Amino acid sequence: MNAPASTAAEEPLAPGTASASVPSPSAAPHAAPDLAAFRDPSRARELIAAINRTVEAAGRPINLMEVCGTHTVSIGRYGFRSVMPDGLKLLSGPGCPVCVTANADIDHAIALARMDGALIATFGDMVRVPGSTSSLAAEKAAGHDVRIVYSPLDALDLAAENPERQVIFMGVGFETTTPAIAACILEAEARDLPNFSVFSAHKMTPPALKAIADDPETRIDGFILPGHVSTITGLAPYRFLTEQYRTPGVVTGFEPVDILASVEWLCRMVARGEARIENAYQRGVSADGNPVARALVEQVFEPVDAAWRGLGTLPQSGLAIRPAFARFDAQARFEVPVEPTREPAGCRCGDVLRGALAPNRCPLFGRACTPEHPVGPCMVSTEGSCAAYFRYREEA
Amino acid sequence: MTDTTVLLGHGSGGQMMKRLIDEMFLEAFGNPALNEGNDAGVAPLGAGADGEAGSAPVRIAMSTDSFVVTPQFFPGGNIGRLAVCGTVNDVATSGARVRYLSCGFILEEGYPMDKLRTICQSMADTAREAGVAIITGDTKVVERGGADGVYINTAGVGELPAGAELSGSNCRPGDKVLVSGTLGDHGIAIMSQREGLAFAAPIESDAAPLNHLIAAVMEAAPHVRCFRDPTRGGLASTLNEFAAASNVEIEISEEALPVRDAVRGACEMLGYDVLQVANEGKMVAVVPPEEADAALAAMRASRYGENAAVIGEILPLAEDASPRVRVRTPWGSARVLDMLVGEQLPRIC
Repeated sequence: MNAPASTAAEEPLAPGTASASVPSPSAAPHAAPDLAAFRDPSRARELIAAINRTVEAAGRPINLMEVCGTHTVSIGRYGFRSVMPDGLKLLSGPGCPVCVTANADIDHAIALARMDGALIATFGDMVRVPGSTSSLAAEKAAGHDVRIVYSPLDALDLAAENPERQVIFMGVGFETTTPAIAACILEAEARDLPNFSVFSAHKMTPPALKAIADDPETRIDGFILPGHVSTITGLAPYRFLTEQYRTPGVVTGFEPVDILASVEWLCRMVARGEARIENAYQRGVSADGNPVARALVEQVFEPVDAAWRGLGTLPQSGLAIRPAFARFDAQARFEVPVEPTREPAGCRCGDVLRGALAPNRCPLFGRACTPEHPVGPCMVSTEGSCAAYFRYREEA
Repeated sequence: MTDTTVLLGHGSGGQMMKRLIDEMFLEAFGNPALNEGNDAGVAPLGAGADGEAGSAPVRIAMSTDSFVVTPQFFPGGNIGRLAVCGTVNDVATSGARVRYLSCGFILEEGYPMDKLRTICQSMADTAREAGVAIITGDTKVVERGGADGVYINTAGVGELPAGAELSGSNCRPGDKVLVSGTLGDHGIAIMSQREGLAFAAPIESDAAPLNHLIAAVMEAAPHVRCFRDPTRGGLASTLNEFAAASNVEIEISEEALPVRDAVRGACEMLGYDVLQVANEGKMVAVVPPEEADAALAAMRASRYGENAAVIGEILPLAEDASPRVRVRTPWGSARVLDMLVGEQLPRIC
């Protein structure tokens, strides 16, 4: 696997010419990827220098946005903002699934947790997110059964092991997560588990990109497009960015050289007035994505309008469980009293998620709102931009 | 305390636990030995301990630790070995020669005797290796469900050599930071055992008594400033505690950190920062620059120290800056290394 590493690392400096020589990811499906070239310090230094030159030559400020929580964390962990030129801003968008979950959905999950005989299973970060007056962590400490799982299949096992309980999986996530949830629901059907259901707060990435592109307050010159999500979606759902908004995007991975290469490529396109959707993550993403996974999602879920924290209700941006699977749909099955939604006073997570406010510019940041006592979800989730800015003391 | 109930995060070794200790325990128990905030309390004993003229008191170091790890048996050790190592290492960080341990068992009704026997055998073997004697103990049995198998508390005492004044508040600009071996092994071993994760190379806990290694470093580097074992909260907690106690900045080099490939891979997969993952057989030492080479050589010559490395340096604090720890990346950028927030993995020791 040395060949894709070295060619892909060089490729973004000569886009369009080298890509033909990059073997497809399926060439060696079982080989462990050799990531050394994507962590090469001298390569990273070269790219940092190239970014500085390109931004200076562009003679105008450039705003790039990453819309993947793992990119947000990686950029912080690699300390990239400390070595970017003054004219370049790396903004964080709505890439953290926990963060974009609307308060009403969290309150709904809390209400389900309070139901007699309920066992709520969900991913770790979801547990600490404050709802209007409580959180799943507080419900757990108060004696309700809330479990952290690493995979939705663990929730399925919990249902099999606890036939007297109603096991409800609180599902959040984007295109990367939903195929596994869909598979899980099909598995529950095959195993005929009557006490398993899913609370679906799943969302899709392209409608959020569109909302950001439409936002007059946020002027994004280019998008660092998600790596994991794109393994499922492929590149087609991003084409509207170039066609309707003349905004370029580059799909990339998570290693230092991946991220720097996408930034360099975007800066170069912006400087030249070009707008293309490019793929700097060919070892992980094919243009067509993963049609099998998409078919699985299509079978179990249907698109619905969904409320996003910060972005409001976006048409056809959420995924609801189809009526054919209603017996696994917690929203359809359980009537619970959900408290009236109250947004936390002063919390500006919504503006942060739109890229309209840098996390450290929020008046609560680091004072009333810290990872230990978070006011809003962006400070809770490890993938939240506020938590990343706080953890790495970033300034923007 | 703004929290109204105890949360798992209060036991994580990170910021929540620090706040609980500061605002609850120090508030209630505060005294000079405790307030130092080191892993072992150092206090005088015997003639002269109350300030009588004419006698020099003996100084003892004392520490205690409770062990609730699940599972109780894991690659590289078990709760018994951990219970001896944890307390031996905590006492030894003060520079004291560890002599005696106590041991309290809380056993759940129904726990298999043969498992308990294995745990006790490990404790005996580890105590022998460390050169300490378990001279008192206590046994409680609780009804089924009242505990999870077996919990162990150990306490240890040791005697400080004359002149040993080790403390996390001793770090001075220019001092070097050393770590005695690879980071993150214990936390990842427990995690992989608990979650049934299989990695290409098996990851074993590093649980080990380090009192002999500490003695070797003290002999090679007589002006060593302090030791601390980076257990829960990992290296990040230890270095942040040193920075705050000494009012300095600490900079470490990412390239210099010893981390096994399998542990690095597991951390990436699980989303952990290896610098916040627990160790049970590693020691961090801060030494003056002129003694760094000797300290490193002594570590490497000791059992459990073959992968020791110099990983960073103490820097002066810029005016108006707060104490902090920074990680320098191989490509020249830097990030702040914070203490763990919330819980990473409960019941790891």
